[in-house]
Amino acid sequence: MSGQALSAPELRKPAPVSGRSRTGLAIVLIGVVLLAATMVLGSHIGEYYYLATYTILQFIVLGTAWNILGGYGGYVNFGTAGFFAIGCYTTIILNKIFPMPLLFEMLVAAATAGVVGLGTGYLTLRLRGVFFSIATLALAIVLQTLIVNWSFVGGARGVYVIRPAVSGIFVSYAQFLVVLMLGLAIFAVVVAWAVEKSWIGIGLAAIRDDEAAAETSGVPSLRLKLIATTMSGALMGMAGAPFPYYVTYVDPATAFGLAIAVNSIAMPLVGGTATWWGPVVGAILLGSAQQILTVTISSAANLFIVGVLLVVFVTVAPRGVVGIVRGWKRGRK
Amino acid sequence: MEFSWDLVINAIVTGVVLGGFYASVAIGVTIAFGMLDIVNIAHPAFMIAGAYLAFWGSEKFGFDPFVSIAVFAPSGYLFGRAFYRAYHFFFERRGDESLQGLAFFFGILFIVEIGIVLIFGVDYRSITQPYLESTIGVGFVSVPWRMLVPFLVGLGMLGSVYLYLSRTFTGRTILAVSQDVEALRLIGANPIRAKEIAFGIAVATAIVAGVLLIIIQPVEPSITREYIGRAFAICVLGGIASIPGTLVASLILGVAEALTTTFYGPSWSPAVSFGLLLLTLIFRPAGIFGR
Repeated sequence: MSGQALSAPELRKPAPVSGRSRTGLAIVLIGVVLLAATMVLGSHIGEYYYLATYTILQFIVLGTAWNILGGYGGYVNFGTAGFFAIGCYTTIILNKIFPMPLLFEMLVAAATAGVVGLGTGYLTLRLRGVFFSIATLALAIVLQTLIVNWSFVGGARGVYVIRPAVSGIFVSYAQFLVVLMLGLAIFAVVVAWAVEKSWIGIGLAAIRDDEAAAETSGVPSLRLKLIATTMSGALMGMAGAPFPYYVTYVDPATAFGLAIAVNSIAMPLVGGTATWWGPVVGAILLGSAQQILTVTISSAANLFIVGVLLVVFVTVAPRGVVGIVRGWKRGRK
Repeated sequence: MEFSWDLVINAIVTGVVLGGFYASVAIGVTIAFGMLDIVNIAHPAFMIAGAYLAFWGSEKFGFDPFVSIAVFAPSGYLFGRAFYRAYHFFFERRGDESLQGLAFFFGILFIVEIGIVLIFGVDYRSITQPYLESTIGVGFVSVPWRMLVPFLVGLGMLGSVYLYLSRTFTGRTILAVSQDVEALRLIGANPIRAKEIAFGIAVATAIVAGVLLIIIQPVEPSITREYIGRAFAICVLGGIASIPGTLVASLILGVAEALTTTFYGPSWSPAVSFGLLLLTLIFRPAGIFGR
């Protein structure tokens, strides 16, 4: 551990990449434009569209968060639903004992989920990668069993949450939630972008390609994996915190839903795991497709299609949509 | 619940009987994950497919569960061989097992589960046979036949797999795959073929376990998730590639779950396997029979 720490500073100086901060600025600018558009259009947009947009934005956050560890580091987290539910139930518990503004609840949720991520990682990331994956699967079920048996947060029957009054500048609570989630999505994407371009991302990529080789050449692998697990878990928890206000009724089956675990893995893999924009593309494509399919066919059928797409993409197009687009561009030149 | 030795002994007997059935679920994971290094988290999906095949066979043709095993287990074996071919072609050959391969199995698990929901719905399904309805009892301990039959079949299957792997040439090549692929090539055996056969066996055991499951209790599609935890907890606790270890770990888990169910209620039982798994990973990742 100490040997790893000594060699770390070399990694802290990444090669200067031209136009680096321009990408970050562009993400923030696009976000601000979208935020302004949501505020200006206000009451001209129907409630349904707000709710649909919220779901897609939530999946951008979850997919991006998953990708920080899964895509960059190659460690598969099957327990996204667990971290998401930690966020949900943090809000519910805080509401009962110490009500506070949603933004602060999100910060507490981030801290809780981050600590759980750090703990799980600390205990299992020393082992082979698969053990971490199996442990995350286990974590989600253990947490679900705890919540089911904990009557204070509603147990298996679930709990109702009352939306607070919305402040003057928003036309409806749904609009407020969309603005909040849009802000979080921008934050998550900027974090992922910053990680990808920094020494953390470079180290994680080295771990993904060959962990033993990376460690021999001085990459502090355990520390990097722990940083990634904590960040990823914290973002998932933040995504879960506003969820009780979105659905107004939460039970363990929804909070720990399989749809969340599957989508957060399928979206980065369909979009492409190597870059920050892969999960965003995947979340927008799969998210909007599911919104349309849920309305036109049924929700079971659309989850089936997500599963099929996941399998098709990992077998035929392992680099995702990003890989397809890049290959197509190269072919034209 | 109030403590009494009658309850403890009954719970231990139930747990041992349940453990024999768990062994039939976990043996396939021990083969695929432990010996072949294929992290088949879709194993419980193959199991639930077996349970629904038995239900379908019973409804449509009036199959006895044992007829279902005779018909569907060989089909499962052939399917498993074909499945491994595809897996090898798309992932092992490219060296993409870790990220893409895991996601692939996760997707398969999901497709099977939702597929069954779309075909059969989310209702509980069960099969009945007259000989499964009675109970045998000695003193205050009683065990129903619908638990005893899976226990005996599970143990029989574990024993046959153990004999096959240790006594036949093909079986030994399968054991060798997990240790030294190059040495295997030197003696003229084909490691890919050995893995293909082994994966076929693993899927066939999953189908048998599924038929046993629907004998024990009514099934519904989402039951797979509990069994991922059980199967991997047993496999890891047993030392990953050890068949005797699988049996001992199955019995430990069975008894632990039965005691938990008796004294704390069935809603806590899913946490037992996952708790055991986490504890094993933290304190003894090599398992009790691990090298």
